[in-house]
Amino acid sequence: MINIKNAWERVQLARDPARAYTLDYISMVFDEFLELHGDRYFGDDGAVIGGIALLDDTYVTVIGHQKGRNIRQNIKRNFGMASPEGYRKGLRLMKQAEKFGRPIVCFIDTPGAFCGIEAEERGQGEAIANILYEMSDIKVPILSIIIGEGGSGGALAFGVANEVWMLENSIYSILSPEGFASILWKDSTRASEAAEIMKITAQDLLESGIVDKTISESESSETGDYSDVGNQLKIGIRDFIKKYKNISADKITEERYERFRKM
Amino acid sequence: MLQGMFKKTLKAKSNEKVKDSIQKSQIPNGLFKKCPSCDQIVYAEDIISNYYSCPNCDNYFRIGAKTRINMVADKGSFKEWDNNLETKDPLSFPGYQKKLANFKSATHIDEAIITGECLIREQAVAIGVMESEFLMGSMGSIVGEKITRLIEKATELKLPVVIFCCSGGARMQEGIFSLMQMAKTSQALKRHSEEGNLYISILTDPTTGGVTASFAMLGDVILAEPGALIGFAGPRVIEQTIKQKLPKDFQTSEFLLEHGFIDRIVKRNQMRKTISFLIRSSK
Repeated sequence: MINIKNAWERVQLARDPARAYTLDYISMVFDEFLELHGDRYFGDDGAVIGGIALLDDTYVTVIGHQKGRNIRQNIKRNFGMASPEGYRKGLRLMKQAEKFGRPIVCFIDTPGAFCGIEAEERGQGEAIANILYEMSDIKVPILSIIIGEGGSGGALAFGVANEVWMLENSIYSILSPEGFASILWKDSTRASEAAEIMKITAQDLLESGIVDKTISESESSETGDYSDVGNQLKIGIRDFIKKYKNISADKITEERYERFRKM
Repeated sequence: MLQGMFKKTLKAKSNEKVKDSIQKSQIPNGLFKKCPSCDQIVYAEDIISNYYSCPNCDNYFRIGAKTRINMVADKGSFKEWDNNLETKDPLSFPGYQKKLANFKSATHIDEAIITGECLIREQAVAIGVMESEFLMGSMGSIVGEKITRLIEKATELKLPVVIFCCSGGARMQEGIFSLMQMAKTSQALKRHSEEGNLYISILTDPTTGGVTASFAMLGDVILAEPGALIGFAGPRVIEQTIKQKLPKDFQTSEFLLEHGFIDRIVKRNQMRKTISFLIRSSK
């Protein structure tokens, strides 16, 4: 990977609506997909997709943030900003995957968890805390792939995985660069400067061990056709499934614990 | 001696002033204090003997971690753990080292949490108390590490964990490394719980952001002090996002109790008794 783009340029690319979203990758990578809905408490969050997919002869559970490309879609998708019921749906499907021994693949693409009155009333903090807590002990392998924006606790909520991968032009951060500049410098216009300092690019995070692998976008970001990324993911997910096929549940959870214990 | 010990609490401030009140001590040094909630002049000794709350209106003052430990632990029983960890600067964030050094030399507080073991009514507990004075009680790598070590050691020793939460959230100056502390502390609690141990989380003013979205909300029992600000997103951020004023009691302890997210609101003078009851009942 030739690192020619600066961090702020990558922020723009990570947010570009021309990028492939979770549902696009699901159709590129998997042979079949059956979406499952609802958190069984309150509702079905359109900002989170979940269901069972088939890759070759292996069934996997897939969970991911879903953004919309226009206003109409974003009324449903809430710009990929999940509400508590989105995280609760995600956790429900993870538990289901654990019960039936399916590996889990998460696609992360969110500006952050939704921040609004209803989200607070329904326990946004508790919903995220609980998924972090439970995910750490899920007995099947978990792979999380950051495909666009990995914003804050809302991204980490699907990121307590055995392996975390990032697309070349995706970002993973504690807060948006605008928010970061606003809090620390009281000046949100210094976002591009913040982006450089924050170490949010795939390359930076690979070097610091926050992520395990980066996926090249050199072909896709030029042409706008993300099928090359889709292909790489398909091959990578196949290898991931194979790698964990004969590894015991204890080892899977131990390895995940150690991964985050070091940080 | 009292300087820096007192803070305005939620009743006294509108939500958007939370951050300002964290940064500046509200009450001048002296024998008499003006309560920021009821505006009455009260005798400082009376505030202290009333568990650092106003004898006139019961408004709670923010208290430092050491004061808090003295308030709940059996006299002389506290032993500190892991007090020698150096704060990291993984982003080489401009001015961060200097800010830390200045703060440490001015206050002799070395991080945003104190951890250790103590007795509460003769029951041994692993205890963590967050320090709001230290960079808004924010959770950076060392706060996460100290909490994780506290929980892991408690798991090993089969001790209950008690954490007094008080935090503005994740520590921005340490970037993504702060975010990872949410996963690290949560997974340690999961293991502690799997071994059948008790965790009591106590939410004090303020408990927000990444702390709320991790260990604060994971207690077997979650208690809160009256009138504390508790939430995921800060009230100012929500107001800016939705462009409307928030309801008056929004994100208070009382609001969370009503919505089913905490077990009880407990006054300071009942805290020792309540913790002790919970420990005795959960063996």
